[in-house]
Amino acid sequence: MVLDMTTLLIDDKATICNANVKNNELWINQEELEKTTGWSLKAEGFCQGNTCIPYPKTETENFVQGSEVNVSSFWTLMDKPILHDKSGDTWMLGTSHKERLGALNSLQAPNFSLPDLEGKQHTLSDYKGKRVFLTTWSSW
Amino acid sequence: MWQDMYESVKDHDFIVIAVAQESRGEETAREFIEAADPSYVCLIDEQHQVADLYNMVNVPNAVWIDENGVIVRPSETAGSHDSFRSMNRTDFSQSDEALALAAKAQSTYLAAVKDWAIKGSESEHAFSEQEAREHIARPTQQTALAHASFQLGIYLRKNGKEDEGDLFLKSASELHPDSWNMFRQAMNLKDIGEVAGLAADQSFFDRLDALEGKRYYPPPDIAGFPREPGY
Repeated sequence: MVLDMTTLLIDDKATICNANVKNNELWINQEELEKTTGWSLKAEGFCQGNTCIPYPKTETENFVQGSEVNVSSFWTLMDKPILHDKSGDTWMLGTSHKERLGALNSLQAPNFSLPDLEGKQHTLSDYKGKRVFLTTWSSW
Repeated sequence: MWQDMYESVKDHDFIVIAVAQESRGEETAREFIEAADPSYVCLIDEQHQVADLYNMVNVPNAVWIDENGVIVRPSETAGSHDSFRSMNRTDFSQSDEALALAAKAQSTYLAAVKDWAIKGSESEHAFSEQEAREHIARPTQQTALAHASFQLGIYLRKNGKEDEGDLFLKSASELHPDSWNMFRQAMNLKDIGEVAGLAADQSFFDRLDALEGKRYYPPPDIAGFPREPGY
């Protein structure tokens, strides 16, 4: 097994990490998992804040081997899309439709940061206190 | 498009944030923004994040967000109308009737935005929480996979893997056939289209015709907004 520099696309960010790609699955060590995704492995399962997601103990080999975890299995367990390019150098760790729907149903406007023409970042939540007409357009 | 409306109500704790769904990036959006010279906030969204977060499938769409960051109108057509579908496809001309319908749609929508900008929660156009939830377009497993595919495709294209990126853009469109954003952005990136910069070749019109009675711009739920198809 050779450790390779792999690009993970999570939310709108690209992060480089050490990873193993075996049988089209992404394995990274626990430390990198926490650093890149915010999830850590505990006795209860994969945890982030107060949320823990247990994985089936009968399938431990499919989720954890030594210090490495199988991100592909974990992401799929959460019903989140995970995709990669042919070389396995770039992985997209997507967001589930349940998270998106939950966010919309809460009616709290999902936050984002995007640049203006000068490259300055604007964050939606910075405009709290004003009514925001958020609109999209395109050149095409 | 929003400049006059914004100028007339901007003193009411109101802001317009116009986000370009533009995978070609800032340089492509620049000429349009500089020509419109708006005084509101204009942002560039190469990955179509806003469409993903708010489950939008076309432009222009809009979401109304109140002072507390609460959605009072979920994503909807921002005043456009399907009457353009009757246009002459050779010279892109439109009949007076079609133009009048589009103008009525536009002015009705703008008046509603203005009313809310001034009156806030007192506006008849601001939904209650229950109404707002009822108007949410629900994302599905397939649309979530489509957005992940689209974003990976855009990333790969930007990083020297254009052909592979295009495959992900294609599968995104297939997974999310309702998304005109994904379909037309992919066409635009491949320089398809007879009119400069506008992704409107025969494949666009074929896809449009396949909608039949289904709307390209579903009318927003606003009193007085023309609901006839107009094509």
